[in-house]
Amino acid sequence: MLQISDLSVTFGGLHALRNLDFQVTEGEIVSVIGPNGAGKTTFFNMISGMVTPTSGDIVFEGESLLGLDPSQVTERGIARTFQNVRLFANMTILENVMVAQHCRTDQKVFGALFQTNAFKSEENAIREYGEEVLSFFGTRLTGYRLEQPASVLSYANRRRLEIARAMATRPRLLLLDEPVAGMNPRESAELTALIGRLRSEWGFTIVIIEHDMSVVRDVSDRVVVLDHGESIAHGSYEQVANDPNVIEAYLGRQVQDEQAEEETSP
Amino acid sequence: MTATSNGTPTLEAPGLDWRRQIRFSLIGALSSAFIALAGMPVGLDRRNIIQPLLSMGYLSLLWVPFVLASLAGSQVVLEGMTERVRSSKDLVAGALVGLGSALGLVALMILVKNFNIRDPLVNWSPQLLDLLSFNRSAGLGMVFWIVLGTTLGLMGGAMHVVPTAVRSKTLTVLLSVLAVSVLETFITDLLKGFQLEIFTDFIYYKRGGLEIVGALLVAALAIVIPLLVGDRITVVRTRVREMPADERSRVNLILLLVGSALLLVLPFFLGKITNELLANVGLFVLLALGLNIVVGLAGILDLGYVAFFAVGGYTTAVLTSPNSPGFSPQLPWPVALIVVVVLTGLVGLFIGAPVIRMRGDYLAIVTLGFGEIIRLLFLSDWLSGWFGGAQGITNIPGVDVGFATVNGIDPRSIFLLVLVFSAIAIYISWRLEHSRIGRAWMAIREDEDVAEAMGVNTTNTKLMAFVVGAVLASFSGAIFSAKVGSIFPTSFLMLISIIILVVVIVGGMGNIVGVIVGALVLIGILGGPKQPGLLQEFSEFKLLIYGALLVWMMLKRPEGLVPNVRRSRELHQEEFLQDAWLKGEIDTDDEENPS
Ligand SMILES: Nc1ncnc2c1ncn2[C@@H]1O[C@H](COP(=O)(O)OP(=O)(O)OP(=O)(O)O)[C@@H](O)[C@H]1O
Ligand SMILES: [Mg+2]
Repeated sequence: MLQISDLSVTFGGLHALRNLDFQVTEGEIVSVIGPNGAGKTTFFNMISGMVTPTSGDIVFEGESLLGLDPSQVTERGIARTFQNVRLFANMTILENVMVAQHCRTDQKVFGALFQTNAFKSEENAIREYGEEVLSFFGTRLTGYRLEQPASVLSYANRRRLEIARAMATRPRLLLLDEPVAGMNPRESAELTALIGRLRSEWGFTIVIIEHDMSVVRDVSDRVVVLDHGESIAHGSYEQVANDPNVIEAYLGRQVQDEQAEEETSP
Repeated sequence: MTATSNGTPTLEAPGLDWRRQIRFSLIGALSSAFIALAGMPVGLDRRNIIQPLLSMGYLSLLWVPFVLASLAGSQVVLEGMTERVRSSKDLVAGALVGLGSALGLVALMILVKNFNIRDPLVNWSPQLLDLLSFNRSAGLGMVFWIVLGTTLGLMGGAMHVVPTAVRSKTLTVLLSVLAVSVLETFITDLLKGFQLEIFTDFIYYKRGGLEIVGALLVAALAIVIPLLVGDRITVVRTRVREMPADERSRVNLILLLVGSALLLVLPFFLGKITNELLANVGLFVLLALGLNIVVGLAGILDLGYVAFFAVGGYTTAVLTSPNSPGFSPQLPWPVALIVVVVLTGLVGLFIGAPVIRMRGDYLAIVTLGFGEIIRLLFLSDWLSGWFGGAQGITNIPGVDVGFATVNGIDPRSIFLLVLVFSAIAIYISWRLEHSRIGRAWMAIREDEDVAEAMGVNTTNTKLMAFVVGAVLASFSGAIFSAKVGSIFPTSFLMLISIIILVVVIVGGMGNIVGVIVGALVLIGILGGPKQPGLLQEFSEFKLLIYGALLVWMMLKRPEGLVPNVRRSRELHQEEFLQDAWLKGEIDTDDEENPS
């Protein structure tokens, strides 16, 4: 479904991603892990068109995504969430998922001004689909909440609304950037189950960036490890978890850091 | 929102905060002196508020100790909400601030008496000294000010101390008296239309201002009327709110129809001056509604909005006037309007295309430039064969509607025309706000990158905001042409862009009602760039007051006079969260399980 070949990106002198190869087949859940600053978010930014790669190619369902605007990428069927939750805070919860259906709908000024039947039925459809997406998370985002601004939501609910908003764009590939960050263990276990249902019930293929290893273990078919912008290992969770390169990337650096600290401190 | 207890904590009234005292006293002294030197007391003395007690000139000084003293009282910030702490110390504090303000004037009087620096400061004049000493001796005047300042300060302090109900009653009374006095021209004119001059003759003094009895009557009404109807309004409101949706929308529709019918007959009860004034307000309502789409909804700070007003005005002039120097088809106004709308929309596209790729400050500066470029093009010799350069285009015929001609000679007809177009503009704004494109505009305002990532084509959507804004401005331009009959480049100064923006900001960004209220208050009372408002004496100080109002609004009430619920949430996030938490609307944990 998604083939990424020999992809690199540099910010000034910094190689955020280097010669990365990556593919996802339809129906998979792939986790991307790696230490802080490894380039995981940059990787998502590149797929979604927010950052242009210096070299390499991104092919989604047989067509290259290079040179497309983020909105066009979304229209092709790739949606994402943001690590640092970026909701439309002063729009209502319902409006957040309604506006995300922008590229799936097409009523323009004329329809709105003359309240054509096409406009009204499209508006109803947008609303209904929005509510359907929100009810995936139980009653938390529905009912009286629909008309409340997104800014009143608790942190965990904001994360859920981010996912709902991405779902509302009717994607085929869903990119989740640290969806359980900041949630307590119970909430993250629940969201892990929901991520499974996103595949089984909604038919999404999912790429997920996650630091929480229990989530990674539970949801992923496959794990890719990034470090310094390079893919250093891939395979099943067990394979990756026992890979010496990975252990070094996570632990070795720590050991070195500690040594460095000991050396500098008197 | 890390609140620990839900009960109201007991508040210890702190002692006099000397720093705060000194700060407020200094602010009072400096503002009084500044206002005096800006010439407001002398310039506005002609205008009576209450004859013979109070003129606008004295009021421009007297509000200072009163308002500052009521603000100077101690306040604590509790979990994001400011709370008044009441104690008798606030009376002392208020009195001291009042005294401070008065001392500022006293110092000014001493300086004015002994030195003459009239050269740079034109208002450093004997008239000012006379006015400040109440036409008596300066010494007596000083004593008077000290007493007056302290008393007003004490009263201001009392405002801080009294229970909220008393406080709001007092404010209602004061503001009602002020409003009835300021709106004199309008009220007299309106009541004349209903043959009710007896009433206005009774409350108003012949040469302007309320009589003392009149003021007392207004004050009494301001107390009695809320007592009589106060509860009933809320009762009716809740009853309407609890109706089923279709019944409620029927009630709303009826209210809307009655309201529009009243508005449509209103011009027939008004005299020339008031119709003229309201027509001007309407022109700015149209402009502000257009800019509101661009700035308030889509979040694009366009500082050159006057360009579209100019294009609308000039296109109408060229198409309808027999004096148009180049091309002169002399079309009837309604036909011309179609061309005007299309052409201005195109200009919107043309200016918008390069501009919307920029963001924030850059965009603001570039639009400012475009606004000026358009005006300079109309002024230029190069295009004077088409637009008449500095001579402009004259003899614009107005709108022929068969039985009458709508033009500036008959302000009533212009006001009616403006009303019709305002209704159209309101409808457009309202429908678009609640549509796919309106939501996209808001998303762009909230976070452009995310909007783009969620599939909104930001380029097209922003362009559309520009075009719709341009079209609404072109309505205003077309009516303006028909109204004034001749247009010149000087009718389209950059100042107009700024004033429209102030109207939008002061009224409340992204809010249709707010924008209308903003235009009524600013253009109607203070006046537009060239049009006088109800307070004609203010014209000299108009821009000063616009500026002061803008600064104050940005500091204290960034959501505008009539806040858009959303915007005000954004701007008072903390307080809002606090409220929501107290009301239990916010979830602080996630105990509930998904069903
Ligand atoms: N727009 C940018 N301009 C310059 N440098 C950037 C930019 N975006 C990311 N970087 C840099 O690229 C590197 C990778 O960042 P990225 O955000 O992709 O890391 P990450 O793996 O998502 O880390 P984390 O786990 O902390 O989210 C970092 O060093 C970061 O500072
Ligand atoms: Mg990241």
